[in-house]
Amino acid sequence: MDLRFTSEDIAFRNEARSFFESNLPPHIRRKQILGQRLPKEDVVAWQRILNKKGWACPMWPTEYGGTGWDAVRYYIFKEESCRAYAPDPLSHNIQQTGPVICAYGTDEQKAFFLPKLRNLDIWFCQGFSEPGSGSDLASLKTRAVRDGDDYIVNGQKLWTTNGHRADWMYCLVRTDTGVKKQAGISYLLIDMKTPGVQVRPVVTLDGDHHTNETFFDNVRVPARNLIGEENKGWGYAKFLLGNERAGIAKVGLSKARISLIKALAQRMQVEGAPLSENRRFREKLALIETELQALEMTNMVVVAGMKKSGGNRQDPRTSVLKIKGSELQQATTELMLEVGGPHSMAHQHEFLEALTDNAIGPDWAGTAAPNYFFGRAVSIFGGSNEIQHNIVAKAVLGL
Amino acid sequence: MDFDLSEEQRMLKESVDRLLEDRYSFEQRKTYTKAPDGWSRELWQQYADLGLLSVPFDSKYGGFGGGPVETMILMEAFGAALVLEPYFATVTLFGGCVRIAGTEAQKDALLPKIGEGKLLGAFAHSERNSRYDLADVQTTAKKDGSDWVLDGEKTVVIHGDCADKLIVSGRISGGQRDKDGIGLFLVDAKAPGVTRKGYPTQDSLRAADITLKGVKVAAGDMLGESGKAFPIIERVAQSAIQALSAEAVGGMQEMLDITVEYLKTRHQFGVPIGSFQALQHRAVDMLVATEQARSMAMFAAMMVDEKDDAERAKAINAVKVHIGKSGRYVGQQSIQLHGGIGMTLEYKVGHYFIRSTMIEILFGDTDHHLAALARAGGLIAPGTTA
Repeated sequence: MDLRFTSEDIAFRNEARSFFESNLPPHIRRKQILGQRLPKEDVVAWQRILNKKGWACPMWPTEYGGTGWDAVRYYIFKEESCRAYAPDPLSHNIQQTGPVICAYGTDEQKAFFLPKLRNLDIWFCQGFSEPGSGSDLASLKTRAVRDGDDYIVNGQKLWTTNGHRADWMYCLVRTDTGVKKQAGISYLLIDMKTPGVQVRPVVTLDGDHHTNETFFDNVRVPARNLIGEENKGWGYAKFLLGNERAGIAKVGLSKARISLIKALAQRMQVEGAPLSENRRFREKLALIETELQALEMTNMVVVAGMKKSGGNRQDPRTSVLKIKGSELQQATTELMLEVGGPHSMAHQHEFLEALTDNAIGPDWAGTAAPNYFFGRAVSIFGGSNEIQHNIVAKAVLGL
Repeated sequence: MDFDLSEEQRMLKESVDRLLEDRYSFEQRKTYTKAPDGWSRELWQQYADLGLLSVPFDSKYGGFGGGPVETMILMEAFGAALVLEPYFATVTLFGGCVRIAGTEAQKDALLPKIGEGKLLGAFAHSERNSRYDLADVQTTAKKDGSDWVLDGEKTVVIHGDCADKLIVSGRISGGQRDKDGIGLFLVDAKAPGVTRKGYPTQDSLRAADITLKGVKVAAGDMLGESGKAFPIIERVAQSAIQALSAEAVGGMQEMLDITVEYLKTRHQFGVPIGSFQALQHRAVDMLVATEQARSMAMFAAMMVDEKDDAERAKAINAVKVHIGKSGRYVGQQSIQLHGGIGMTLEYKVGHYFIRSTMIEILFGDTDHHLAALARAGGLIAPGTTA
C-alpha cells in the first residue's frame, strides 16, 4: 500500500497545472471565479484550446482522440482543471454521447460526429427525461415509428439543458410498446433544426435559462442516425450514465470554492472583526473540509481501483462519491451565500449572465444566491440522491 | 498511488484475522472478560508469538519494522473483534513513547520485552482536571540530587491496572497548562509510593487511577529531554488517534454488517424489515459514513508521519473529528435499526456502539478536535479572488 502519488504523477500534475495557468483566458477565469454564467463562445473557445493540446476528450479511446491516461492521470487532470477555475468541458459531448458513439456508432457516425464533438463544432444536448419520466426514466413515452428510411418522432422531453444552444440531441425514444419498458427504447441522434422540433425555455430558481422543454411534432429523423440496434437504447443509456465516475464527486470544485470562501471571509466584517476570525464560521468550514478530505481519499481509492481493473470494475463506493460529492457541492454554495449575507440579496440577472461587469454591491457576492438556488439541482439530476440510496441498498447491501 | 496491500501486509492481515476468527467469537470474548485481568494472558502470548506486539518497532529491537499501514491493519482487526488485550496501552502508547523518545539503552531494554509479551506498559498522563488538554499537567516532578521525585494523581490510565511499567508525565516547571516544563518518566508500577485503583471501563476494558506519592525515579529513567516532553506527548497522541481511527473503522464495518444481516432476517408485517425504504436508506447512510471513515483512517496512516508539524496536527484533528462523528452516527443507527434487541448486552451490536463511544472520547472528542482544526485555519488554504 502506497498512499502517495508517484513522481511521474506529480510531474504530470505540474505539467497540467502550468498548462491551465498559462492557457485559460483571463476573462473566462474571472467569470468562473465570480460564479457568472459563461456565454457559449467562452465554452467553445476553451474546448478548442483543450482540443489543440490534445486534451479535449481524455477518456475516449485513443484512436478517436483520447489521451490514453489511466484513471489516476485523469483524476489529476480534473483536479487541476477545477483548481484553475477552468470551465468543465461540455459533458453532453465529451462524457456522455461521445463515448457512446465511440462504442456503438457506425464508422460513418464516428467519422462525422467525433471530430466535431471534440472541437465543439457540434453542441449536443440530452433528450432523456420527460414530464412523466424523471427518476423512472425507462417509462419514457416519446414515440419513434419507422417510416421507410426515417423515424417519425412525436412526444415531449423536459430538462433539455442547453437545448437552446444545441445543434443536436441524443434522444431516447420508444420504438416498441409491446415489451418490458426497458426493452422498447432506442437511442437516436436528432438534428435540432429538423422541422417539428420546438424548444421552449424553462427558467430555473436562479432566474436563468439553462434548461428547456422540447416538443417533437412528426419530426422526421433519418434511420442512419440510430445508434446501435433498435430497441437496445436502454443499454447504451446505462453505459453512458456509468461513464463519468472519476470526476463525479467534483472534489476539486468544492475545494476551489472553499479556498475562495476563505479568501472572501477575510474581507467581510462581522461585529468589527473579519468573518474569517469568527469561531462558529471557522468550525462550520472545518467540518466541511473534514468531509471533503475523506471524500478525496475515497475518490482516490475508487480511481486507483479503476486503474487496476482497467476501468471495468464498478466500485460500490462510486455511489458514495455521488451522494457525498453532491452534498458537499451544495454545502459550499450554501456557505458562499452566508458569506455574502445582505450583499447577495440584489437580483442582478445581467451580472449573472456576465453581460455586465458592474455589480450592485461587491462583485463576488453578486452570484452567491442564484448559485445556491441552482445548486439544489446537483442532488436531483443524474439519478437523485434517493435513487442512489436505492441503488446502494440493492446492489451493495443486498436489501 | 496503490491502495492494495503488499505481500507482507497481506500476510500480517491474514495471520491476525485467522487468530481472531478462531479465538475471538463473541462467546469466547465473554469468558476473557471474566479473567482476573479482564483479558486473556494466553492470547497475549499468542500475539507475541505471531510477532504482533512488535509490529511498529524497528528490527534492531526485534521488531517487524512496520509503519502506520501495519498499525491500521492490526487495529482494524482488533476493532472488528472488540479485542480486550492491552495492545493499545502497551504497544501504541507506552511503546510509542519509547519508540519516539527513548535512548538506545531504553529501547534496548524495553522494546524487545514488549515484543516478546513479557512487559506490559501504560501511559499515565491524563489527570482529573486535564480533560483533552495534553499540556495540562499538575503532577509534579522535582529534582532530588540527580534523581526525580513524582507527586500527583493520574486518572483513567488505560490498562494502568495490569501494567508492569508506567510512563508518567510530570511538571518540572511552569504553570498548569504550559507546554514547556513537562517531563516523561519511566516508573515501575510497583515502585514505593505508587498506588493503583483499577476498574472496568464502559467498554469492558480496564483502566486505573494512579496516585504517586514521593515516587523516586532515577535520572536514567527520564524519556527525552528535561522539560521538553510536550512534543513527544503530542506525537504519541497523534499515533494513538491514528490507531484508534482504524479500530473505529473495524467496529463500524461490523455494526453495518450485523445491522444489514438483521434487516434481511427480521420479519415484521410478513416481510423482512430490510424491504422498508426508510430502513434501507438509513443503512446506506451507515455505509457512506463507514466508507468515509475508512478513507479518514487511510488519511491518518498517510499523515501521521508527516514531517511538517502543523500539517500533521491538522490532519490528525480532521481524522478524529470524522471518526467521532461517523462512529457516533453508525453506532446510534445500528441500535435504532435493531430496535429492542439492540438494547441488550446479550447481543453483540451494542458492544460496538459502546466501544465506539469510548473511542470518540479518547484523546479528544469531536468538538475538541474541530475547534483545534478551525483555530489552525482548516485543511485548505485561502485562494485568490477575481
